[in-house]
Amino acid sequence: MIENKKFRSRYNFAFIDEATKKEIRRKLLKAVAIPGYQCPYSSPEMPIARGWGTGGLHVTLAIIGRDDVFKIIDQGSDASVNACNLRDFVHAMTGCRTTFDTREATLIQTRHRITEEFLTDKQIYIFQVPQPEPLRAVERYEYRTRQMHGEADYAKMWVSLYESFVRHGDIMLGAGYPVKVNGRYIMASSPIPRWDIPNFHQAETLYLFGAGREKRLYAIPPHTTVEPLEFEDVRFHIEDFNGENCYQTGHRKAFLDELYLDDGSKKYVVNDSNFLDKLKLGKSTHPFTNPYINQIKA
Amino acid sequence: MSTDNQWLLRVRNLTKIYGEPGGRTLELTGPEFNSNICPDTDSIVACAGISFDLYAGEVLGIVGESGSGKSTVVKLLYFDLEKTSGGAWLAPYEQGHANILEASGQQKRRIRNYLMGMVYQNPREGLNFGFSSGGNIAEKLIMAGQMHVGGIRERASYLLEKTEIPVRRMDDTPATFSGGMQQRVQISKAIANNPPLLFLDEVTTGLDVSVQARVLDLIRELQQELGIAMIVVSHDLSVIRMLTDRTLVMKNGRIVESGLTDQILQDPQHAYTQLLVSSLL
Repeated sequence: MIENKKFRSRYNFAFIDEATKKEIRRKLLKAVAIPGYQCPYSSPEMPIARGWGTGGLHVTLAIIGRDDVFKIIDQGSDASVNACNLRDFVHAMTGCRTTFDTREATLIQTRHRITEEFLTDKQIYIFQVPQPEPLRAVERYEYRTRQMHGEADYAKMWVSLYESFVRHGDIMLGAGYPVKVNGRYIMASSPIPRWDIPNFHQAETLYLFGAGREKRLYAIPPHTTVEPLEFEDVRFHIEDFNGENCYQTGHRKAFLDELYLDDGSKKYVVNDSNFLDKLKLGKSTHPFTNPYINQIKA
Repeated sequence: MSTDNQWLLRVRNLTKIYGEPGGRTLELTGPEFNSNICPDTDSIVACAGISFDLYAGEVLGIVGESGSGKSTVVKLLYFDLEKTSGGAWLAPYEQGHANILEASGQQKRRIRNYLMGMVYQNPREGLNFGFSSGGNIAEKLIMAGQMHVGGIRERASYLLEKTEIPVRRMDDTPATFSGGMQQRVQISKAIANNPPLLFLDEVTTGLDVSVQARVLDLIRELQQELGIAMIVVSHDLSVIRMLTDRTLVMKNGRIVESGLTDQILQDPQHAYTQLLVSSLL
């Protein structure tokens, strides 16, 4: 009897069929070629709902190879539900090795954080993006925002920052601070905290962004100029955590989570779980440095 | 275009037709037919064959009944509407050699930001009610490359003072302002970048008489102080008389009479102008 090899495995490697992967890769190339430009793509159906990380998953599955080592974090943690389930899924569909160690991974998918540890040119960093359109808050019509991007008409965005400063004394954007990529497109930062924004600038690694629900891909290639929007006299700054340290490690130069303990007291703890583990075990770390972090006294 | 360059804005054969025009659409519409709807094709001629020159520092009035196409003319020139045919040349843009109505979207925006200002009848068209009045002025300044918040606020408070709005209301939204104040915020936004040309589309309509008088005083003052050329659209002949040097009278999308404002008001030639003058003065 002739063996039926075609249907022996139920899924193609990395779940998505090859033609669709090819399409996503083509769009990724376009996105890399035009840094910060939102490139429409097919956004195939996934076994999770759109808006739950499908964009990041599409990018991951389209570019993952058998030798890749995969890491996924959600809000800095390897252990959150979203991260665990997507890790299991990618592992089941590819058989790729997975890891918690940032330095070891070759492909890192993330929701809402960049790792504390420095990313190298051997790694690719993939963001799950809930809202790829930075102008959505100031212009509700899609055809208008496309026109605004096309003509680099960003006055409304700037006025909203001006308004924020006038009303609150500061630009009140905690996460998702808009950045200008390569001097041209204003880009939504996926939303990561301000702390991570300077790590986009002139980075070693390739940053890819996928928004599955809105069907958009965009990218920041290595060594690209990325500037947070700021006025000449109202500058961008990162979080300062009221000058507190991590209560477990005493570490200062990392993005900290605010914790309320059982006795009602408030403590801060390093947000990046792998980085926290390494600090606790006394392992060596290679954190990002940038002018904003360097200003902090350890 | 010719080189006798006193004109600031030159408009030739400006035409806007809604719907598909037929071969005889322009022949069958106009004041002679008392209609701007083409009987053949039902297309609507909002304005046709509008030609005039505007000189630097001059104030030109456009008067006519509602539906005569006067607002269409300024909206075409401010790029709010797309022309059907015709051209306009602005002296500071490409030395007046390029038709501004055929510029790219980006260039049009640049012209709007640097060379023109517009005050609409309804402040909701010219202002963003989600932003503070200072923010509305800031929008114009930012578009012209001002990226210093302190500088923006200084300029905005200067403009608000100029237009007699208390500076401490700079950070309130125009929604909380009276109609006259909203109109004055619009004016300060329109002149924020010192444009050589300002369009005023029925600025005093809907304001009460005393507020009207103050807005008109303000416009006159600004005109004399800054020497801005203006096109004033109004159906109100007293506004036209007060503000303008020269006037075009429009009816059914065409210019039926043009000349010095005093002359038109004292000695109207066209039957329609005579009717207008006798009924309004």
